[in-house]
Amino acid sequence: MEIPEEELLAPGHRGCAGCGATIGVRLALKALGRNTVAVSATGCLEVITTPFPETAWEIPWIHVAFENAGAVASGVERALKTQGKSDVNIVTFVGDGGTADIGMQSLSGAMERGHNFIYICYDNEAYMNTGIQRSGSTPYGASTTTSPHGKVSFGEDKPKKNMPLIMAAHGVPYVATASISYPEDFMKKVKKAAEVDGPAYIHLNQPCTTGWGYDPSKTIELGRLAIETGSWILYEIVNGEFKVTYKPQIRKPITDYLNAQKRFKHLSEKEKEKIQEFVNNQCIELGIG
Amino acid sequence: MTKKVMTANSAVAEAVKLAKPQVIPVYPITPQTSISEKLAQFVADGEIEGEYIRVESEHSALSAALGASGTGVRVFTATSSQGLMLMHEIVFASAGMRAPIVMANANRSVSAPLSIWNDQQDSIAQRDSGWIQIYVEDGQEALDSILTAYKISENPKVLLPSMVCLDGFILTHTVEPVDIPSSEEVDKFLGKYVPKYAFLDPKNPMSIGTFTDPNYYMEARYQIEEAMKNSMDVIEEVNKEFEEIFGRKYGFIEEYKCEDAEIIIVAMGSVCSTLRVCIDDLRKKGEKIGLLKLRVYRPFPVEHIKKAIANAEKIAVLDKNISFGVGGALYNDMKAKTDGEMYNFIIGLGGRDITPNHIDEIVEKTKNPVKDINWIGLKR
Repeated sequence: MEIPEEELLAPGHRGCAGCGATIGVRLALKALGRNTVAVSATGCLEVITTPFPETAWEIPWIHVAFENAGAVASGVERALKTQGKSDVNIVTFVGDGGTADIGMQSLSGAMERGHNFIYICYDNEAYMNTGIQRSGSTPYGASTTTSPHGKVSFGEDKPKKNMPLIMAAHGVPYVATASISYPEDFMKKVKKAAEVDGPAYIHLNQPCTTGWGYDPSKTIELGRLAIETGSWILYEIVNGEFKVTYKPQIRKPITDYLNAQKRFKHLSEKEKEKIQEFVNNQCIELGIG
Repeated sequence: MTKKVMTANSAVAEAVKLAKPQVIPVYPITPQTSISEKLAQFVADGEIEGEYIRVESEHSALSAALGASGTGVRVFTATSSQGLMLMHEIVFASAGMRAPIVMANANRSVSAPLSIWNDQQDSIAQRDSGWIQIYVEDGQEALDSILTAYKISENPKVLLPSMVCLDGFILTHTVEPVDIPSSEEVDKFLGKYVPKYAFLDPKNPMSIGTFTDPNYYMEARYQIEEAMKNSMDVIEEVNKEFEEIFGRKYGFIEEYKCEDAEIIIVAMGSVCSTLRVCIDDLRKKGEKIGLLKLRVYRPFPVEHIKKAIANAEKIAVLDKNISFGVGGALYNDMKAKTDGEMYNFIIGLGGRDITPNHIDEIVEKTKNPVKDINWIGLKR
């Protein structure tokens, strides 16, 4: 796959070294090109890319609030349609909090109405912008500042909300999971999403150096470990048809992934075994063994 | 121009049809509902060519309107009460992002206790948001105010959203004769909206709604204040132009028998019609009473009001809202920005009828005041 050199998210933004979210945006925009309007929710990405009077966006970009990216994109889509600009790609970049928690209603409405845009959730599994608070997308066992481990707690005690399947249940014609560490797989999915006449949803796994607790040089490696251990599975659901798009040859033990991150450091062997069991069941269920 | 008998809600829908917005995201709520229904029917019949978005909430209605406005098209939405409360966050964002959205608000009380009936608490609670607020007295004024609101909001010197407030049920569901201007006349008056500054276009990329630190935030807010001040002249120009084309005259305020009035009653919305009748009756009894109807609440037309009340001995300010602990909002604005002996009357909350007896009581309590803030029509 040819990856365009042109960057539509300019360097010099205020993301952390090793920021996974901006890697995701760069790849998505390389797939979509300049004829694109981006909609962001409040969050890390909005704050680091648009400190007035600077902006890192080389394409038109709009942000309104935290919980309404789905609705704002709905308005943008219909307004461009009335102007005969239906060829313009519309893409949202919304964090996991803005998607799975506070923005769920607005997203659900937009998807159900069938607006023609691509919704990309960049999932770093907690509210990273405000200092690592738990979201509905925080995985089992993770320690966050609002689900901390302590004398009587091992951290987050619920598995993450399954957003892609919730979107599939809306009848969204194109639903996919992706990872920033598998750029070709991700970009192919963005291109497919752009071709769909109707809504598309891509749930992008994106390691976060500060929130997950690892060296900034290891972002891509962490993303790979998530996939190679089966903690995150790459698939797409096209018009209801489920298909795995990448299957690890030999699945690595989940401890390879957990032990590389500070947020799981506190877990006992018993808890880690429980997570391994959960991952095994998920992999069997989705057919990657 | 055709004359038809219709509710104020229908008059609003007719105005919207004439203004030709390209995107209309609406969520139904009592007593706004028939606006959303009527607009849906216009779209279904091809009489409105714009896109109607059946959003899943009022928060999304205004969010979608703001997104659409961000691309540089004319938009419309309508709401009421709890819907406006849910929109609150985006009400502020719309003004801050300088989107010339026009919204009708069917004035209704705010929960709790839950009530579907009229007062003006809902829109009064948005008064600090940076929206222009116009309170109307009848269906004709509702229609005309929607048209002028677009012209005011879209003026590059203003670029602030406008809220046209019409009393729930009292206006929204009451049929009256309304002159409907011709499409040609409205096109001549309003024209097509052409955005001058920020809009989403891949050929000219801009970032809208950015993150702003303490170095810039205050300046952005100051610009809203400046725009609100600028809107004073623009409103005057637009009203003049409207009068030239359509023959109906609107100002910031409307004075009724104020010239020799010893007591001037200040009020907004449909109660002004009741007041006109009561004032006529009182005058027959020799009482020198006048009415100052306030149409434009934001911007607050201080000089116009000052001039109108200059010769009155006493002022009675009617509020269909309450800012608990300090009285009605309009009373407090009047006290802060104008002079005179003033008394406040909290009336008609949650749809409580306002009768001529109440007006007599207000006049009596203004003549012989016991306290500054008075609740009228309260059961004890």
